Amino acid sequence: MSLETVACPACDLLQHVPPLAPGAKARCPRCGEPLASRPVDPLDRPLALTVAAAIVFIIANTQPLMGLEAVGRQASTTILGGAYEMWAQGRELTAMVVAFCVVIAPASYIAFMLTVLLAVRRPPAPHWVAELLRWADFMKPWSMSEVMMLGILVALVKIAELATVTPGIGMYAVGLLVILLPAIMVNFDPGEVWRRVEWADGAACAVLER
Amino acid sequence: MSATARSGAETGLVSCETCGLLSRPAHPAHPGHCPRCGGGIEWRRRDSVQRTWALLIGAAICYIPANILPVLRTNTVVSSDADTIMSGAIFLYMSGSWPLAVIVLVASVMIPLGKLVALAYLLITVQRGSVASNRDRARLYRLIEIIGRWSMLDVFVDTFTVALIQLQPLMSVEPGPGVVFFMAVVVLTMLAVKSFDPRLIWDAGRNWQDGHA
Repeated sequence: MSLETVACPACDLLQHVPPLAPGAKARCPRCGEPLASRPVDPLDRPLALTVAAAIVFIIANTQPLMGLEAVGRQASTTILGGAYEMWAQGRELTAMVVAFCVVIAPASYIAFMLTVLLAVRRPPAPHWVAELLRWADFMKPWSMSEVMMLGILVALVKIAELATVTPGIGMYAVGLLVILLPAIMVNFDPGEVWRRVEWADGAACAVLER
Repeated sequence: MSATARSGAETGLVSCETCGLLSRPAHPAHPGHCPRCGGGIEWRRRDSVQRTWALLIGAAICYIPANILPVLRTNTVVSSDADTIMSGAIFLYMSGSWPLAVIVLVASVMIPLGKLVALAYLLITVQRGSVASNRDRARLYRLIEIIGRWSMLDVFVDTFTVALIQLQPLMSVEPGPGVVFFMAVVVLTMLAVKSFDPRLIWDAGRNWQDGHA
């Protein structure tokens, strides 16, 4: 890998990114923004993690999160059940945002990453890979599994005052998902995908890189 | 950094926000699309300051009802209690789980308020063309970009409390109007952070805009 000229995405400073040792990271010397990283195994490892995340995600969304027992009555809920109850209680907008942040955004992120990582295995990757990677990137800040998990824990402590609460299989799956999702991001190098993707504009253009 | 440090824009180069490719657009006034990934490229995020102000003011307006109106209403056979975000945190503290009370207080009160103040500060200093403490302002932006999502915490707490406690007619919990406003504060501030362009912090005192755009 030769010297690559980049402009820092957060301050636009032009600079050369030196070849990085496996596992190393580069930061912008002016503003401190992370510029590049070189994970040890930038495609296969995230692919394995993404497959695991997809399986865990399905379990997390189909199994009950927790059950409750009070005065001889039982209740349990799933992730979507939470959003649904919000909807049923007349807070449709909040229900939609909750469903987006805890189901749609993480599901799309996992699905897009899975497709991207499979598609780039044989370069040059078709151009739609670029589009999918952009969407995966868009979903990232809205995918809030770890915030949801903390929210559930706080809710459990609150409810524990009133009733007996038992965590379900879904809860353990969410716990795993909270570890797997950031692990995908840390082990993945988008630069590796961009190097393998077919250019949108095949024509020669004044591009400094390469 | 030395005085010779040059930004991409000063050199006539646009960096793609999606894939990071540097390119020299044929028509500087309309950079068009990235030759590699095909995403739209711009010198700076479009109308960054105006859009961020608009979203920020929207969030600040929603912040008031979000804190005054109840987020949860607990109905039992004999009584009906309304909880605001603050009283929810106080309840946690009273019931002995003060670490959780601190987490809720930080996520639901301090982070949203801090984000509103920090973004307003960044916008005002950018508009005044400040060149002081750029690095600290860049760090502040990065911080609110990372921690902003955690203020959604209370919305999730309310969602799952409501979902579980439906033991009619003995006891039920329903969401109050405050939760909608609170969710709006979080979403609007997240969008505001996204529309702010941190490169503007470093543009002060540089007149690259004269050449193009």
